[in-house]
Amino acid sequence: MRVAVLGLGAVGKGLLRMLAAKPEIGLVLTAVADSSSACIDPAGLDPAAILDTKCVTGRCGPSGLTASDVIDSGAYDVLVELTPTNAVTGEPALTHIRSALERGKHVVTSNKGPIAADHAGLAALAEDAGVALRYEATVGGAIPVIHAIRDGLAGNRFSSITGVLNGTCNYILTRMDDEGLTYEQALAEARELGYAEADPTYDVRGIDAAIKLVILANTCWNLGVTLDDIAITGIDGLTVDALRLAADQDCTIRLIGEVVPAENLLRVAPRVLPRNHPLVIEGTLNAVMLSTDMAGEVTLMGKGAGSVETASALIGDLIAIRDRYVECG
Amino acid sequence: MKLEMKDSPGQLVAALTPISEYGGNIIAVIHQREPESPSDTLGVQIVLEIAQERLDALVAAIKVQGVSILRLGEERLLYRQSVIMIGHLIHTDIGDTIGRIDATGFAEVAELNVHMPAIAEPSTALITIKATTRSEMGRALDILRSVAAEKGLLIVEPLAGAEA
Repeated sequence: MRVAVLGLGAVGKGLLRMLAAKPEIGLVLTAVADSSSACIDPAGLDPAAILDTKCVTGRCGPSGLTASDVIDSGAYDVLVELTPTNAVTGEPALTHIRSALERGKHVVTSNKGPIAADHAGLAALAEDAGVALRYEATVGGAIPVIHAIRDGLAGNRFSSITGVLNGTCNYILTRMDDEGLTYEQALAEARELGYAEADPTYDVRGIDAAIKLVILANTCWNLGVTLDDIAITGIDGLTVDALRLAADQDCTIRLIGEVVPAENLLRVAPRVLPRNHPLVIEGTLNAVMLSTDMAGEVTLMGKGAGSVETASALIGDLIAIRDRYVECG
Repeated sequence: MKLEMKDSPGQLVAALTPISEYGGNIIAVIHQREPESPSDTLGVQIVLEIAQERLDALVAAIKVQGVSILRLGEERLLYRQSVIMIGHLIHTDIGDTIGRIDATGFAEVAELNVHMPAIAEPSTALITIKATTRSEMGRALDILRSVAAEKGLLIVEPLAGAEA
């Protein structure tokens, strides 16, 4: 199966590294684009060589070619969209994904922007074209939560989803709880370790978690919700005393995303949880708890970020598409 | 409450039916034949929750069914829930915040533990509310949420189903 990759940031590099390291998977890279260049070879590119070129020149190939050229080349079965997320418009990824689907190409993405912005529209486009749109890597990093909802727990009725969906916030809260750090100290530490962006607003105000909640709600129930439908409270107002008061009751505080369709509840907020609750996880981990009618409660936990971890989710999607749609020789 | 009823078919149902009619929620039914009790009667203990104002009507309705109530143990304000509040709690009139819950009649602030780190810095409090029923607890929390929104306070609630 031929794969085109748009975007060579940490996630794109991680995917290429794994494609180079695991040739036995049988995925052939035929096109790559970064923000300033692209290269296309229908016969197959060497992912390791492209990573070297990118490392030395800062580009993946000759300038002059762009992401649109890759999409228009048609030299791929699956487009892997990994360009930076725009939470408001979803662009340019939204256009990339639409163009590929309209051409009858499968799409795999780690990009939350377009999936949160127009899940229903993109899903309809994919269905009309008879192709797959998969986005496991958008939520919970390496945790196969979308697979669990669609495949593993298929046939269940879901009553709620709750989860720890942002590793940065979980790290900060873990450190405030364990070490009595103030919010500012824990945030500074998270920045030093590379867990928080220079501008952490998106994470600490709960927006990133809310976008993931939108994706889960639309995947699970087709609710057609957007970011504006989520009641969002971040962790930036939390005090050390709040963590201490929770600790006095053998509880702690975590940023929890929660959807309960029957109660019309869509909320991201810091919550008090008993220490032995399955969603009380440490450090940058993520966890999602699915409440179902047949399986009861199912909790998935794992690494919520990281380039190789995200590659795991992308490759899982790629193999699922190959097994379902593409006859491989 | 502990009930005494005739040991004949249909008696237990007769005693339980009014409970749901009056909006009560049965938590447990403990049913035992005590050796010392007369053989034609049966002692049953029922643990239930019901809004305070409907209790008298329920007691009357059970009596109409020919069931005698031997003992009625009441524990008002059955539900407790703690939430954490952060912000300028004192300067936004904490007395008023508490008063708005207490004024409901069905819920009250049972405990308040305030930490004030320094002047002008936000304080943090653990506020424990007691209410008669689960739904009244929900209403009390709604009031607290709206007071908090009005006063710019942050509320950290327990995750439902995960209360300590």
